[in-house]
Amino acid sequence: MSEGVQLSGVSVNFGNFRAVNNVSVSIKSGEFFSFLGPSGCGKTTILRAVSGFISPSAGSVRIGGQDMAGIGPNRRPTALIFQNLALFPLMSVWENIAFGLEVRGAPRAARRARAEELLRLVDLPGAGDKAIAQLSGGQKQRVAIARALAVEPKVMLLDEPLSALDLKLRQHMRAELRAIQKRTDITFIYITHDQGEALAMSDRIGVMSQGRLQQVDTPQRIYENPANGFVASFVGENNVFNGTLDDIQAGVGTFTTDDGEVLRAMVGSGVKEYADAKLYVRPERVTLNPVSEKAREGANVVAVKVASIAFEGNFINIHASDKRGRRHIVQVPNDASVWIPPVGTDARLEFTPDQATILTENLPARAGEDDVGVRQGQSYRVEVAQ
Amino acid sequence: MKDVARRYGFAATVVMVALTAFWVLVLIILPYLFLVDASFRPSLPADQVGGPNDHYTLQNYLTLLNPNATKEFLFLSIPIHLFVFAQTVAISCLVTVITLALAYPLAYILAKVVNPRTVATLFLILLIPLWISELLRSFAWYIILAYQGPLNALLGLFGISPIRWISGYNGVIIGLIYTYFLFMLFPIYGSLTTLDSNQIEAAEDMGARWWQIHRRVVIPHAKPGIASGCVMVFMMCAGALFVPRLLASPSSRWFTEVIMQWFFEGLDWNTGSAYAFMLLLVCTVFVSLMIRLFKVNLTDIAR
Ligand SMILES: Nc1ncnc2c1ncn2[C@@H]1O[C@H](COP(=O)(O)OP(=O)(O)OP(=O)(O)O)[C@@H](O)[C@H]1O
Ligand SMILES: [Mg+2]
Repeated sequence: MSEGVQLSGVSVNFGNFRAVNNVSVSIKSGEFFSFLGPSGCGKTTILRAVSGFISPSAGSVRIGGQDMAGIGPNRRPTALIFQNLALFPLMSVWENIAFGLEVRGAPRAARRARAEELLRLVDLPGAGDKAIAQLSGGQKQRVAIARALAVEPKVMLLDEPLSALDLKLRQHMRAELRAIQKRTDITFIYITHDQGEALAMSDRIGVMSQGRLQQVDTPQRIYENPANGFVASFVGENNVFNGTLDDIQAGVGTFTTDDGEVLRAMVGSGVKEYADAKLYVRPERVTLNPVSEKAREGANVVAVKVASIAFEGNFINIHASDKRGRRHIVQVPNDASVWIPPVGTDARLEFTPDQATILTENLPARAGEDDVGVRQGQSYRVEVAQ
Repeated sequence: MKDVARRYGFAATVVMVALTAFWVLVLIILPYLFLVDASFRPSLPADQVGGPNDHYTLQNYLTLLNPNATKEFLFLSIPIHLFVFAQTVAISCLVTVITLALAYPLAYILAKVVNPRTVATLFLILLIPLWISELLRSFAWYIILAYQGPLNALLGLFGISPIRWISGYNGVIIGLIYTYFLFMLFPIYGSLTTLDSNQIEAAEDMGARWWQIHRRVVIPHAKPGIASGCVMVFMMCAGALFVPRLLASPSSRWFTEVIMQWFFEGLDWNTGSAYAFMLLLVCTVFVSLMIRLFKVNLTDIAR
């Protein structure tokens, strides 16, 4: 059994500082939802408001439709996995896992049996009698998950639980977490500043910046249709052109860069004609072609010179600078058929209008500034039918 | 050792080792050995020392059980010195328990609840009394607790009739708690500052009530601090001199006073040493009991 979580207009102030600003989102029952954002943007604060360690300065948190105001963390149907795991070092593995049952007064034999069951679930059978200090990072991770599952939460809250692990293990644990979530069918609210992690694991992602929710959507749509400049540059790599939007015809805008080059691209929501804007295009959506070849029909073209080449294994990043000296990245597969010019070659950067997006930077107001209602357009209200 | 020799040269190393050895052997171990030896010999006039009567005996220790001077207690007549000894130990235990009960919550609040900037100020306030000598502090309490002193005057304002504070061991208990409170507070505070607050929250998140959190998470973590606080307070109470001198009623004696009496009034160093070693023995037993009880190491306690 799991429950959905609704945040409506949640704000959290620390003194004069507003760490979370008017966040509204409805997380569905059984969903794997990630909050993604840079360090200090208020992710942990949101999680602590959901688990009950802090009460919001404004707005409400509802779990399964029930308002959580005045209900302490020990009485909420949530389990929190801390950024540093916070296992109890003086208890054995199985005592850690069974702690939630122990404080509920379950008899020892039942606790032990349940701990063993959960240890099998997280793929650590027989480790019950070990001390916490004897475990590796990944094993501690699993114990923390088992400990949280033991109290049969309706909502599992995870605060960057993989950040302390090395890359290989992190990737393995991603899949593992996802599998456990599917198996247990518990609502997962996952926090991370690692966009790869969020994209790979989540049903939906809420991108945050400076206390505000910037966009809530599926990983694909976050990546393909970022709502604003912040999301576009935080999630994945992007090549950016500064300039102005001249006019819009059938959703395609004509954009003049600061260098006077005219480019065409899709226009994101909220961008006005004749206003400053930015054009974003992904490194894997641009191609690099010899100057001698004829450009594709309708494609945008930017003259560049190859500046450096970075071999990344399965792909290659070609860094090229335009006539102003600004760097652009072209990502090509590591494949013999792709043209890889030597450094110093003049070349042509090409991309079609449907691969690029024109967005306003739209960076949120400084957190703490009280502007609720003034810039409503920036806080995304997402209503999802239960 | 080799590292030290390489860094400071051979001669300097020899001097350092020799000085340390001198300090430990001559200034600490030898005096004790002398007292141990004395405690097993009879007290004799100076001209008979080393004579035929100067042989090893347990007599000094048995003086504690002298049946000629007894005290009636619950239908039993107990040798008076043994009674004082037992009472000293019992009251020291009681003071240790009360101090622990007061210091643990305060240490927890200082370490985990109050914000760190306030803690510095609070500690300063707590430390100021330590700048004054124990003797003066005992005097201060003597004045405060006097029958016609400020405490009773204050209570009088609330219509409470005066209480004879300095009767039996009441004054001693109050004075000892006050004097040694910080020796309990600091080790516990120290061990609690190393406890990750997330562990407390994790326990709460899993449904633990506050007392369950303390029993299963906070107290186990604070054990070394609790053990060393208890050991220090117990030993200092049992060995206290000024506080019982000033704050006990005349009939309530402390074992250290008896020891003093043997040394300086009876001029019987032999029995005095024997009594002192009895006290040391009890302290040693107490330490090993704490180690057992709290399953900590001697090094944890010394920390
Ligand atoms: N108890 C507090 N008192 C004052 N300010 C706080 C408190 N807790 C957090 N903040 C501030 O609120 C902001 C958001 O903090 P939060 O811990 O939610 O960030 P985060 O997104 O989890 O960052 P990270 O990825 O580094 O963990 C930060 O600027 C932080 O300094
Ligand atoms: Mg955080």
